[in-house]
Parts: sequence; C-alpha cells; structure tokens
Amino acid sequence: MSASPTFAQARLRVRGLTVRRGERLLFADLAFELAPGEVLLLRGSNGTGKSTLLLTLAGVVRAEGGSVEITGPDELPQMHLLNYQHGIKARLTAAENLGFWRRMYGETGVSVAEALQAVGIGGLAGLEAGYLSSGQVRRLSLARLLVSYRPLWLLDEPSAALDRDGEALLGRLIDAHREAGGMAVIATHHALPLANGGGITTLVLGDSP
Amino acid sequence: MRAFQTLIGRDLRLAVRVGGEAMTLVLFFIMVAVIVPFAIGPDRPQLMRLAPGIVWIAAFLSMLLGLDRLFRSDDEDGSLLLLRHSVLPLEAVVAAKVIAHWLVTAVPLLLATPVLALLLSMSWAQWVGTVLALLAGTPALTSFGALGAAVTVGLRRGGLIAPVLILPLAIPVMIFGVGMLDPLAGSGALLFLVALSLLVTVFSPFAAALALRAAGE
Repeated sequence: MSASPTFAQARLRVRGLTVRRGERLLFADLAFELAPGEVLLLRGSNGTGKSTLLLTLAGVVRAEGGSVEITGPDELPQMHLLNYQHGIKARLTAAENLGFWRRMYGETGVSVAEALQAVGIGGLAGLEAGYLSSGQVRRLSLARLLVSYRPLWLLDEPSAALDRDGEALLGRLIDAHREAGGMAVIATHHALPLANGGGITTLVLGDSP
Repeated sequence: MRAFQTLIGRDLRLAVRVGGEAMTLVLFFIMVAVIVPFAIGPDRPQLMRLAPGIVWIAAFLSMLLGLDRLFRSDDEDGSLLLLRHSVLPLEAVVAAKVIAHWLVTAVPLLLATPVLALLLSMSWAQWVGTVLALLAGTPALTSFGALGAAVTVGLRRGGLIAPVLILPLAIPVMIFGVGMLDPLAGSGALLFLVALSLLVTVFSPFAAALALRAAGE
C-alpha cells in the first residue's frame, strides 16, 4: 500500500461546460484541461459559480451542456472533494472518523496515524471530533486527502478556518500532491503559499456582469 | 465488501454512542401496548384477540417515526456527499445504511416484544407468530422507509412527510403481517410477507439512490 502513486496517465478534460442554477446561467462553454502536476485556481466574487463548478466536476451537479472527463490510473473514483461540509461525526474520535473515510475511499494512501501526524493533530487521535476546534476539524478533513491517493483534488476554500501554520501546511500538501503528479482545482480568495513550479493557472469566473 | 461492512459498523457504533434514538422508539413501542388495555378495558379474551394487531400498529408507527433519521444526519454534515465518491456505488451505500438502520430500529423492537406479550396477555403461539411476522415484515418497512427518507432528505423539516409518503406502500406489509396470525390464513400470508420484503429490499436501494442523486443538485 505504500507504493508511490502513479498519476502519470491522469487527466482532467473539460469541454464546453455550461451550468445553470435555476434560471441563472452561471457559466457557458467553459473549457480547460489539467495534466499531472497542474493546478487550476478559481477566482471570482461570491455567487459566480466557483463551488458549483467544483460540484459539477465532482459529478454532483449536472451540467446543462458539455463534458467533464476524468481519467486516472484505475476504475475507482478519481477525485477528493473538500468543501465546507466535512463529513465528520462528532461522536467518533478523530482516528475513527479518518479510518472510516480511509476504508470507504480505498486504502491506498498513508495510514491514519501518519496522516494525522502530517496535518499536525497527531496528538488528538483519540479525542472525539466534537471537541475539535474548527481549524482542527479542517485539518482532519485535509488528512482525508492523504489516506487514499486520488489524482484530482477539488478544494473549495481550503484555507478557511486555518491559522497561519495551517495555511503553510496546506501549501506543502498541495505541493507534495503536485510533485507526485496530482492535479487540483482550488476555489479560493486567499493567496495560497504554493511553490512556484509552474503549472498554476487561474480562471476568473463571472467577469461578465 | 470491506467498505460495505465499515459503513454498517460506523452506523451501529454511532447509534450506540449517540444512544437515545433506538431507546425512544422502543419506549414508544411499549407505550402503545401499555395504554391499549386501559382504552379497551381489562377484558383478557378480547385483549388476546386484538394483541397481534396492536403489536403491529405499535411496531408500524415506531418504525415510521424512526425512518426520517436514515439519511438526514449524513446529509447535514456532508457525509452523504462524500460517500458518493467512495469506492462503493451509491446504491450499495444505501443498502448498507438500510441494513444498519434495520439493525438499530427493528431488532430492539423484536427484543421488546416479550414485554408486550405480557401486557397484552398473548399466548406463547401468538408471541412466536408475532415475532416471526415482524422479522419477515420489518425489512420491507425499513426499505420503503429508505425511499421516503431519500425523497425528503432535502427538506429541512421533513419530519413527518416521509412516513405519510410511504404509508400507502407500507400498508400491505401490515395486512399480511396481521393476516399471518389469523388461524385460518395458513402459511400464505407469511410467504407473501417474505416475498414483499425480499423484493423491496432489493429494489429500494436503486430507487433511493436515484432520489439522493436528484436531491444533491
């Protein structure tokens, strides 16, 4: 299970994507492509469809037109979604919560203990998640990205509730993911401390009023 | 398969830790049986005749009351959204949750039936028959419940809408469940009940998963 991940074949191709929410057209004919190691930053003011685009990429919201194609090394789901809902049960301990997601997502990543160490809450493994602060919950949520390898990370405001150290940690995690050949689409208002290795593009949504 | 068991295990563990919920249903179940003798008077033969029907009404109502919780907490904390990207298809996720829900809600009722048998002065044979009928019929109730719960998961205060929605579907379960205890009915009712349970248990995860996908939009 500790074999280094091979994301070399992973691709995200989006063509002609059109998404409508109710009567409102959020974006039309959106097209982009991500190759291993590349990151797309989504910008735009509130309500321009950043979160909706992420949900569309995740296959939760149906697009009115266009296609999203995610190819990866195997047949399993290829993406991690991280948004404001963490899927963490207050009455389970941090380790139990993470262990649950590890098994549900395929046990392809690092162990629970290692992941908790990596996000800096290794000492809280036995604590019920209901006692964690929101920043610690966010870190626990980030640990979920590590316990199973998936080439595409869809992150919605990942730095929310994180302190300065947490932001640096987030940057390191994303950089490590890029180095391993992973891809990420990140909706954020903050400047993320990412290493400048190239392969970072920015997409601004909703520039037309 | 491992993920399937993990999901069932988590739901059981949560039910034990959070407690209360299963207990409430069992208390409700017993409460109905406690008040009925007061309502119809201490007439033992009559009570005995009505006992299977009363047990079914009590079980039916407490199962219906509990089903709203099937998907709600997972929907509210985002687990349901994340489970859609797990290694299990959503249909299997629903099936696992239905099994866990049945274990948490129906099994305690079955364990509480001896109390009801005493309160309603049921005979030994009646009690065995009732337990058998509940065992055969409650999976169908839970599975129908999954449909109702999936359709109403998006409604913040859906509380009683799901039970009302599935009431017409669940009534046949009640009819055959009580019919089974009729001495003239023979084994036909039990077979119908088992067939109904098997059929619904197999098909409801697909329908419920469809409803959950639609609710996610």
